[in-house]
Amino acid sequence: MKSKTFVWGAAAIVLAGCASVAPAPDYGAMVSEMMRNSFRDEGIAKTDRLVQDPANAACSQAMGADLPADVASSIEKDAMKTVRFPADGKFIGDWREGEKLAQNGRGMTWTDKSTATSANGGNCLNCHQVTKEEISFGTIGPSLYQFGKNRGVTDVQSAEARPIVEYTWGKIYNPRATNACSNMPRFGHAGLLDETQMKDLMALLLDPKSPVNQ
Amino acid sequence: MLADGNPAELFEAKGEELWKSKRGPKAATLEQCNLGKGPGVVKGAFVELPRWFADTAKVQDLESRLLTCMENFQGFDAKAIANTPFGKGEQANMSALVAWISAESKGMRFNLPQAHAQEQKNYELGKRAFYYRGGSHDFSCASCHGESDKRIRMQDLPNLTGNPGDGVGFAAWPAYRLSNGQLWGMQQRLNDCFRQQRFPYPGFASDVTIALGVFMGVNAKGAESVAPALKR
Repeated sequence: MKSKTFVWGAAAIVLAGCASVAPAPDYGAMVSEMMRNSFRDEGIAKTDRLVQDPANAACSQAMGADLPADVASSIEKDAMKTVRFPADGKFIGDWREGEKLAQNGRGMTWTDKSTATSANGGNCLNCHQVTKEEISFGTIGPSLYQFGKNRGVTDVQSAEARPIVEYTWGKIYNPRATNACSNMPRFGHAGLLDETQMKDLMALLLDPKSPVNQ
Repeated sequence: MLADGNPAELFEAKGEELWKSKRGPKAATLEQCNLGKGPGVVKGAFVELPRWFADTAKVQDLESRLLTCMENFQGFDAKAIANTPFGKGEQANMSALVAWISAESKGMRFNLPQAHAQEQKNYELGKRAFYYRGGSHDFSCASCHGESDKRIRMQDLPNLTGNPGDGVGFAAWPAYRLSNGQLWGMQQRLNDCFRQQRFPYPGFASDVTIALGVFMGVNAKGAESVAPALKR
């Protein structure tokens, strides 16, 4: 055993000597292999969830650093193309329903029964302040308190409010349209919430009567 | 600070008993198990895990190392234990063993070895697993544990990309959880992280859990272990 260790040590020294020409280890392939052999299906959470689209792959490989500007801009452009506005042209639902969704952090874990959008919450309060009254809020995302008011929205149906309305819809639908490696889930693009649910969240954020804007 | 009356002590007592009891098909104790500091050395072993083991040619954390010892000395089927749900059968005994073994290093500081090439490789793989985004919500470990001074709802989140401090993050598990009266080892803690991350199910002692243990453990260098801790 001892001699084996010694040989290993000697080999390491030889390797270190030519480290400048040795190819870097292919961690990408090793990580893919590790993820493949470490997980199994459980309930609704299948191993296909480990497959990364180009955006998730790029944001993972950056390991917390900023992406090169051209890569970020290409992810944002691709994400922008995925955003679909409501089929009936109406963006604003019921803020009361939106508030329930914001409170609801459930959905899509292996202990949840269904992948239907009706089984999913918006998870908003896990990461964002939403109203003044609810003090149990997370801080991973920015505060959304007075989201509409701060942006001067007094009439959500007005032409002046339209750019903010479209921007907000895009943020909920696919936040990568404006921030390549946003921490936020892609609620519309990933099919986590349906149009009605997203409209209710829009109302929560933008309706002047919503507790968000008091 | 929460040491007084931590119910984890009950698990510790059971774990010490299990370590010294003749059990399994071979009716043997675990007293010759090598946790990294030599056969039978328990004190100080926990704060140096995961580490490389020459006999298995693997980097192992406390729980995967215990599987090896339970198989080699006692004749248990390691695979069957790994496939047993948390809290049932030999997994319940596993919880008690990790409670006692970690308690034997209480107050000591994490100092994982990184001399072996496989330990270094596991750190690199663990780092990449930590930032691996996927699942329905595009989350990675870093989504919650990549920055300091953040929280989910009211729950403070340790930044696990560095050393978040004594008795925080990696240095606070295993732990007794008041909310469900269970003693959770790091494997179960990681399992629940992946559940909330909306990932599929990680195998007990699977490669990704070991690599993440190395990444977090090396980052926690110098942090004082308070395990088994008390959690809400």
